[in-house]
Amino acid sequence: MPPCCAGPGHSVRIAPTEDLTPKCQAEKVGWFTKTKESIVPSNLWTKCQKCEEAIYSKDLAKAAWVCPKCSHHFRISVHDRIELLLDERSWQELNAHIKTADPLKFHALTSYDERVKKAVQKTSANEAISTGLGTLEGFPLAVGIFNFDFMGGSMGSAVGEKIVRLVDEAIRLRRPLLIVSCSGGARMDEGVLSLMQMVKTSQAIARLSRERLPFLSMLTDPTTGGVTASFAMLGDVILAEPGALIGFAGPRVIEQTIKETLPEGFQRAEFLLETGLIDMIVSRKDCRATLAKLLRFFSAPAHHAPHAEGPSNGSDVSTAF
Amino acid sequence: METYSNLTPWQTTQLARHPRRPLTLDYIGNCFEDFVELRGGRQWPDDNSVVAGLALFHKEPVVVVGHQKGRDTKENIFRNFGMPHPEGYRKALRVMKLANKFRRPIITFIDTPGAYPGMEAEERGQAEAIARNIMEMTFLKVPIIVVVIGEGGSGGAVALGVGDAVLMLEHAIYSVISPEGCASILWRDPSKAEEAALALKLTARDLLELKVIDELIEEPLGGAHRDFHATASRVSAAIARHLEPLKELPSEELFQRRLEKYRRMGVYTEDLQ
Ligand SMILES: [Zn+2]
Repeated sequence: MPPCCAGPGHSVRIAPTEDLTPKCQAEKVGWFTKTKESIVPSNLWTKCQKCEEAIYSKDLAKAAWVCPKCSHHFRISVHDRIELLLDERSWQELNAHIKTADPLKFHALTSYDERVKKAVQKTSANEAISTGLGTLEGFPLAVGIFNFDFMGGSMGSAVGEKIVRLVDEAIRLRRPLLIVSCSGGARMDEGVLSLMQMVKTSQAIARLSRERLPFLSMLTDPTTGGVTASFAMLGDVILAEPGALIGFAGPRVIEQTIKETLPEGFQRAEFLLETGLIDMIVSRKDCRATLAKLLRFFSAPAHHAPHAEGPSNGSDVSTAF
Repeated sequence: METYSNLTPWQTTQLARHPRRPLTLDYIGNCFEDFVELRGGRQWPDDNSVVAGLALFHKEPVVVVGHQKGRDTKENIFRNFGMPHPEGYRKALRVMKLANKFRRPIITFIDTPGAYPGMEAEERGQAEAIARNIMEMTFLKVPIIVVVIGEGGSGGAVALGVGDAVLMLEHAIYSVISPEGCASILWRDPSKAEEAALALKLTARDLLELKVIDELIEEPLGGAHRDFHATASRVSAAIARHLEPLKELPSEELFQRRLEKYRRMGVYTEDLQ
């Protein structure tokens, strides 16, 4: 299996995050899924993917989708992420109307067009990233949040364009940038144009960097392929959620290449911390406070040494990296 | 493959990987003079799937960097089939920064199945190495000419592929994923590689149409390996033609043009319905 930047890596069960209104719950009581050992109500209870504990979904939602028994971090929706990170009612979405145009008229077993339509239906979003403005503990931010439910969070032309425009806004408003990644990589259905989004988005970070605006990159489970190999690894600070799978090649591709089984924990956030590739692991309950600390550091007025050059040409930025 | 004028994308893929196809060091030997290889990436270990060094191009000092495949099994094992580890990309970057420091143009040759997907590569930060090269190449203050000579395999190619002019040989390919990889994921059947090659639009003509490359360099009848000298002189002429006007540009203008070039890439709609 040849290496690549594309492809949905991993099929992980998605926690039911949308159906928790009291009305839905009332309707869904009594819907049961039969498994070998036990009977688990499909929506009222959620089984932890890691420790297999059945948890009352309402409690799980209250705990920001972190297993109370083993601390496993479930994947969460864009909506939940906004609620978790941003100040109430501060989110203002940008460029939600940007969609793919199927540049290759791509058709595999089904057409790309159909796959996109299904993803739009499933997520009520037009693309695999939501971008916008908001505040975190009062700090104004430009924010991008990937949606894994939308074609594995894959990056095509629309995702690339939305990131670039988000960076434009960050620069215009002099705001730090936060991107919460969750992606299998570049979207195959747009071929080489998806590949070029790696350059396009990394160059947006290059511009941000020249403006001396911080980029906080948060990696969640999973972040792989062309997203990791571009903007996501270019954060001034790189944070990761506990247990997140982070890498270039997906584990299956590596296993096929080396013809061995990967050791437990390989490519997990904890491993990347040990190898020095990320700066910290933040649990969901601490992430808001940690980000606020970072933002306090970055938003203080810059210290100017008497001999320092003005920031106008940014000539020293490249070597600073 | 009797006639080469109407190859299918899958046939083109075979030709791009042809065992006798000219490799980076062949072009370096033919289009450049006084090549001095610099093997030290100042990282452990040296990565032989990437070659980098100083050379003269039309009597002017330049820096050359490229992926290097092998000709036979022994060579391919030495070159890791042209699939770099992070230290290969970091070596390339070190030498490109040398070009930056001494204001020499950079010419890169792309020919890789992809970045190596192994354990050590992951441990040492394959993704970070690729990302960093993309960003740093954007910042370099000297002209960069990229020539895709064989396989442009995904992020592993892009890591040496950010430039002011991207040229591509007629029977080279450049893709987000190999046809085999795409077939096994989207068709769930690796034998559908031929269909995937067609769907991915990975030929030089496709890329010209998608505005991802700036020039298609025609190959002699039968492919580059049938008449290497003719191919090399066309490559050399194309590099010179693109390099000349770039040499006049101030570095800030180079930077801005590089941003505009890639910003335009991609197709999307903004319909409000
Ligand atoms: Zn658990």
